[in-house]
Amino acid sequence: MKTLKYSLLLFISASLIFTSCKKDPYEETAPTPSNPGVTAGSLSIHFENMAGDSSLVFNTESYVTANNDTFTVSMLKYYISNIVLTKSGGGTHVEAESYHLIDASDLATGDFTLLNVPFGDYTAISFMIGVDSLRNVSGAQTGALDPANGMFWSWSTGYIQAKLEGYSPQSTAGGNQIIYHVGGYKGIYNPLKTVSPSFGTEVASVSSTVTPEIHIKANVLEWFTSPVNISIASTSFNMTVNQTSLDMSDNYADMFTVEHIHN
Amino acid sequence: MLIKNAIKYLVVAATFIVAASACEVDPPIKKELPANDIRMIIPEGWPYPEYDFTGNTLTKEGFILGRKLFYDPQLSRDNSISCGSCHQQFAAFSHLDHNVSHGIDNLLGVRNAPGLFNLNWNTSFMWDGGINHIEVQPIGPITNPVEMDESIANMVTKIQNDASYTSLFNDAFGTETVTSQLIFKAIAQFQGMLVSYNSKYDLYSRGQTSLTSSEQNGLNLFMAKCNTCHTAPLFTNYEFMNNGLDTIFTDAGRATITSLASDSGTFKVPTLRNIALTRPYMHDGRFTSLDAVLNHYVSGVKNSSTLSSQVAGGIQLTTTEKADIIAFLKTLTDNTFKNDERFNDPFAP
Repeated sequence: MKTLKYSLLLFISASLIFTSCKKDPYEETAPTPSNPGVTAGSLSIHFENMAGDSSLVFNTESYVTANNDTFTVSMLKYYISNIVLTKSGGGTHVEAESYHLIDASDLATGDFTLLNVPFGDYTAISFMIGVDSLRNVSGAQTGALDPANGMFWSWSTGYIQAKLEGYSPQSTAGGNQIIYHVGGYKGIYNPLKTVSPSFGTEVASVSSTVTPEIHIKANVLEWFTSPVNISIASTSFNMTVNQTSLDMSDNYADMFTVEHIHN
Repeated sequence: MLIKNAIKYLVVAATFIVAASACEVDPPIKKELPANDIRMIIPEGWPYPEYDFTGNTLTKEGFILGRKLFYDPQLSRDNSISCGSCHQQFAAFSHLDHNVSHGIDNLLGVRNAPGLFNLNWNTSFMWDGGINHIEVQPIGPITNPVEMDESIANMVTKIQNDASYTSLFNDAFGTETVTSQLIFKAIAQFQGMLVSYNSKYDLYSRGQTSLTSSEQNGLNLFMAKCNTCHTAPLFTNYEFMNNGLDTIFTDAGRATITSLASDSGTFKVPTLRNIALTRPYMHDGRFTSLDAVLNHYVSGVKNSSTLSSQVAGGIQLTTTEKADIIAFLKTLTDNTFKNDERFNDPFAP
């Protein structure tokens, strides 16, 4: 056992010596054009959380819904999963282990990079809002899917696909709170949505020298409207699987727009 | 002679005193429990289980880690309650004589803690079937404010900071970094090993023993009148049914999960294995004896819109027939399982 440990240590040290000239895994996938063997690079996605045309501000800013209700936001979290990029001229790139938890209060969670994306021009993106049904039935998970992240229903197994909390004078709940947890993954109230916010005429060109960034805006006001207007007075909180959670998922399905793409 | 005897007694007494005081001085000795023969069990004639440890390779080391976690009160907010507190081996891992779960701060739950065995065959967990996988089941009671009331993140921190777990995690999973995933996988290895298949009825099924005439008559009656829902060999069909306990449902049961009116007042059909060990009965523990349960089915079934057609109008049984059915139900008690040292509490002195 000791010998094994020493051999391992030796091996690791040796590997370090040989790889120390590389800076980080990023550069590994985006080397100089002189390396003809490499055909894949990276693509970044930036989610910016908005309320209408303004960046979302927690607690202190009040917003007005389509129903003319006023509310503030204390929490906004949602899962983005199963990201698929469509290549110009056909073909797709599917991100492996594609699970991202976006917490609007932690800007870093809205920025992530897809690695090993084949070089090429991408003209469309699609992703799921929430965690696909398979992972909801596959037992204990980790990383973005760790139940410690607070996005998991213990009493009715499944991820909370999206969560919005705050306050509203129209709320009939204690302390004027508003609490909306949209969860579940099956049945007639299945809230899982796959959406494809349009690139318009823009293209994300992944190459050996360019890591494009897709800038996506998420508008929290969409939770309350289109197709179903939500009245905060009649729906101050909802934390189960029902018509209201389905309505909310139909509403927030169109909260994403591609603002622009940096190349 | 008298003096000799007196000296003998004194020596013996002194030895006891030394032994006793030694116990007080030394820290309690960690009980070495057997963990031999750790492998997936599928008893002959049973269906293939829902959970076969795919993605969670069953090992002796994983089982030992899971066993310690199962019995560790650190999984509760104030370190007072473990899984084993409400799931006691002598009661086939149910909570004997407790109608509903007794949790942290002396709080009461709303449902009866079921026995834990043959869980690999479960298609869902809890009386309302709200939990869909053996690995995530513990999240329910651990985070429930009236049960263990601990956060998943804090549980992970406590276990990570407990040095007695370092080598156990290393042995089981090749890492010292504790995650909730590894905790739950280990507990699933322990709970998945809780297979009860050596009751008298099982021995009878395998041709290794015979039943008394009362037990045999009970078995025949059971197959005619109960087996549709409590289907052998697991003695449940895993469906959700309203067995006529109430006309107004203070606990919506399955509808809590599905929000469907047609599920109001329905609960998962429980297994009847080890039923003589797991009183009281029903989702709220309202019946304290098997006799009371059978009396309910004979004459206590209440009508409601979701009442199961299987029990509508009651099940006709004579006094002798009831006694025979109870005699048969007692053959479902598995003392080998109840006394299996592999499943004992490693924290017990």
